[in-house]
Amino acid sequence: MEKKEYKKIVDRHKPTETRIQNAIISFLIGGLVGAIGQGLIDFYSKFLDISSKDASVFMIVTLVFIASLFTALGFFDKWVTFAKCGLIIPITGFAHSMTSAGIEYRKEGPIYGLGMNIFKLAGSVILYGIVAAWLFGTIRYLLMGGM
Amino acid sequence: MTYKYDNVYVGGYSTVVGPYEKDGPLSKGFDKSYDNLYMGEKTWEQAEVRLLTDSIDILLKKVQKDKKNIDLLISGDLLNQVTSSSYAALKFDIPFFGIYSACASSAEGIILGASLIDGGKIKNCISATSSHNMSSEKQFRNPTEYGAPKPKTATFTSTGGASIYLTKDKTNIKVESSTIGRVVDMGQTDPFNMGAVMACAAGDTIYKHLKALKREPDYYDLILTGDLGVYGKEILIDYMHTEYGIDISNNYDDAGTMLYDLSKQEEVMAGGSGPVCSALVNYAKILPKMERGELERVLFVPTGALFSPTFVYQHENINSIAHAISLEAVR
Repeated sequence: MEKKEYKKIVDRHKPTETRIQNAIISFLIGGLVGAIGQGLIDFYSKFLDISSKDASVFMIVTLVFIASLFTALGFFDKWVTFAKCGLIIPITGFAHSMTSAGIEYRKEGPIYGLGMNIFKLAGSVILYGIVAAWLFGTIRYLLMGGM
Repeated sequence: MTYKYDNVYVGGYSTVVGPYEKDGPLSKGFDKSYDNLYMGEKTWEQAEVRLLTDSIDILLKKVQKDKKNIDLLISGDLLNQVTSSSYAALKFDIPFFGIYSACASSAEGIILGASLIDGGKIKNCISATSSHNMSSEKQFRNPTEYGAPKPKTATFTSTGGASIYLTKDKTNIKVESSTIGRVVDMGQTDPFNMGAVMACAAGDTIYKHLKALKREPDYYDLILTGDLGVYGKEILIDYMHTEYGIDISNNYDDAGTMLYDLSKQEEVMAGGSGPVCSALVNYAKILPKMERGELERVLFVPTGALFSPTFVYQHENINSIAHAISLEAVR
């Protein structure tokens, strides 16, 4: 049998994924995380009497801490399986990817385990985040003269 | 490559499982189960070694043999360098072959052992296999706490150790014949649809087995594939019909769909997988049925996806293999 024909058989028996349902769940949970983030910014800027720029740093630290804590307590992976990109795309996903890798590889020691593997999933985010920041920063500098 | 055996028998078998398998429908058939995925060990890898050593220990007790009287230990698993098997073998001091056919490893072990016994080189052997959900996830996919969403076609690596004792001394189950499969590539690249990757290999091996021995599918009371899962099972039935004009739907089942309760245990998605999956179902359900006289002839066809993350990232297809073993109840 040709590979093309086999692919037809495989496609005949492929279940339809609930994409719309997944998208709605991700949208709602992702939005909720965003709303919590905004709530934290308002909270910190009001009660700590700091600028909203400083408050947003506090917000990021808070969300990263909560996500890492929940990963360490062992139930955040189940939340991620349910909420999908709703929790993976926000900063919670970044924290979760590092903490889960850290938990997994700490048994191979601090250097060859934890150190070499903690960015296993987050490494791509950091690399392409920096590349993208450089690219858009350059465009902004050229078009707007650094404004 | 198909050939028959004259004097190879199944002298005993043993199964040890983790919590997910214990919650499944075959719970009563297992010799030992653990409620915790660490099995009292510190790491997932050591837990897998524990499962394997437990299953060999239990088997030695069941067949009342001392390890000194076992001629050969053959074992295969999924971990890099077949390490679960070699670390388990270290504890038994039995001459050892470490093998790899991914999830078809149990079949490779039985075929090698049976061939050596039939050729008169050894009197008996143990063929063992293991897999662990967490050690596999860690090696092949993401950290176990990551919990990345998976499509419905994904299968769930089963946790357990399973061993079978083959001997030239007559018992009530005979290893009748076997077919060594070939590596098959049908252009599949999705590591979350291993059923589709392996169904073609199963089809190829089943067809060659039936053709070589001039048998019809209904010669067997049951044809049992390894770990195709719900969708792979459908693909195989369709493939056998389309490619060879053979209808196997009457007496065919897949171990991946039998190990768990697919309606209740939703985390297993399309079913069980891993080298131990087919062995667990065979040793905990099928062989006992043969001993009780409920099944007479069974074609056992474990299927393996020869999957390497490195090769897939280099845009190579995922290859697969399946070996077939014909088991017969002796009256």
